[in-house]
Amino acid sequence: MAPAVSAAFLSSLVEAVEALTIVLSAATVRGWRPAGLGALAGLASLALIVLALGPLLDHVPLQALQLVTGVLLLLFGMRWLRKAILRAAGVIPLHDEALAFAAGTAALRDQALHHNTRLDWLAGLASYKAMVLEGLEVVFVVIAVGAGRGLLVPASIGALAACALVAAVGFAVQRPLARVPENTLKFAVGVMLSAFGVFWTGEGLGVPWPGADLAILGFAALFLIAAVAAVRLVRSPAQQAIS
Amino acid sequence: MRTLVNVFRELAGLFIDDGLFALAIGVVVVLAAIVAAIAPAVPIAAGAVLLVGCLGVLLYSR
Repeated sequence: MAPAVSAAFLSSLVEAVEALTIVLSAATVRGWRPAGLGALAGLASLALIVLALGPLLDHVPLQALQLVTGVLLLLFGMRWLRKAILRAAGVIPLHDEALAFAAGTAALRDQALHHNTRLDWLAGLASYKAMVLEGLEVVFVVIAVGAGRGLLVPASIGALAACALVAAVGFAVQRPLARVPENTLKFAVGVMLSAFGVFWTGEGLGVPWPGADLAILGFAALFLIAAVAAVRLVRSPAQQAIS
Repeated sequence: MRTLVNVFRELAGLFIDDGLFALAIGVVVVLAAIVAAIAPAVPIAAGAVLLVGCLGVLLYSR
């Protein structure tokens, strides 16, 4: 249960930090009313999606559910891990929440120049879109790590705890959470989700993994070793000399 | 219509960033499925293909 809850908590932490940055951008440009309303509307839409589609999960055969979520987890988790590897190796720049905040604010102000009367609407829409898209990622991770073994409730609690934590801290400090070590988190979550992806895909194909659920920890260790090796391989000789 | 296309693009973007990378993962899954189908007596073989294939994709796709 612990790996599922940890994966849900950590990935939700990253998504919530990204959503918070966009909501704060909208609030900075146009105030909390449109930004807050957009965020609340986004949360309501997410709740509707979960309520409408959630019960369908009970009707999907377990093996098909494991296979589909496994493949999607592989695509999602390995994409995160690859990006974290490239960032850790210095090939692409680290994600900077302060920079994302400045870019989001500038983009909204630029739109304001052209559509002044619609600025409230645009700020609300930006918040809404951020909540729905980042929220969908959270919902997907919760379903993917929790549905195959009846761990939806603990995974949901992990995700909700992360979102509540980010919302509380963000509301208190009123600025982007730039100090959150986002790439380290993405690296860890990428490793865990990739491990879950291999496990569920294998279960969906009828593979009897040695050690049953404990195999996930072994896969995570292998993905971690491979990812660390990849960072070292990707780093250019000049960068290695500097570090 | 344009909004729907944008929504679909955003949703697909959650899983597919680099098309070749996603394709490589898909190929590994299909290979594992083929192994599972032709060697049902040795189901762990499909698991080995899946695990080694995914680790290989990660290391090769630098």
